[in-house]
Amino acid sequence: MAVQEAALEIPVHEHEEHAHKKLVIIAWSGDLDKVWPQMILATTGAALGMQTTIFFTFWGLFSLVKNEKHITGENWMQKMVAMMDRPGMEHLKLGKMNFVGAGPAMMKKLAKDHNVASPGELLQMAVDMGVKLVPCQMTMDLLGLKREDMIDGLGEPVGATAMLMEAQDAITLFI
Amino acid sequence: MSTIAKTLDLKGLSCPLPIVKTAQAVKELASGDLVEALATDPGSVADFNAWCKGTGNELVEQSEADGVYRFVIKKK
Repeated sequence: MAVQEAALEIPVHEHEEHAHKKLVIIAWSGDLDKVWPQMILATTGAALGMQTTIFFTFWGLFSLVKNEKHITGENWMQKMVAMMDRPGMEHLKLGKMNFVGAGPAMMKKLAKDHNVASPGELLQMAVDMGVKLVPCQMTMDLLGLKREDMIDGLGEPVGATAMLMEAQDAITLFI
Repeated sequence: MSTIAKTLDLKGLSCPLPIVKTAQAVKELASGDLVEALATDPGSVADFNAWCKGTGNELVEQSEADGVYRFVIKKK
């Protein structure tokens, strides 16, 4: 039996030359419920053949910290921030309904039951598909994050100007 | 009709995996090759149509049977 035409109006350009070929995601949040769509949209952009870049800034940088790293930062304030909000993709909290970790545990269980890839798995796929992961230099300094604290495969840290120039002719999402 | 070069079993997978895995598989094929994708995610109907439009690959066949959506894509 034939599948009915999808009811949704899909905003895809008929002519390829008109379609956006670049996607820039500004990943500012480190909440699990925002990092997930960052990773879903990045992998999908790459699947669509878009040149895809994620610019990680502020709390967004925490999902790039190695999972086994407990405390980051050089001074007591930076260390305190990492203590209150442990970095690493496996340790992200929910923006809503966190309940001291019960919320994220439930979300991860639901995702597993529904065969939804975890943010960590999607990040690996993004890297495999050529998505550029670019950390924000200023926030790295602010939070005292060092390159060795963070996962492999990241691009050189840049500033807001380089990111905005990259975003000039791209679809830009702020998540 | 040409034969299917590769079949992707995407049953049970949720967004964005059916499209991501299809894109990865199509990359390995030659132009004109046919790939068959089997999915159970109802959202994949809209997504496969959109993906083909966006990438220029041709969706030559789509059907549904017992909750399994079948897409045949010809690589650009």
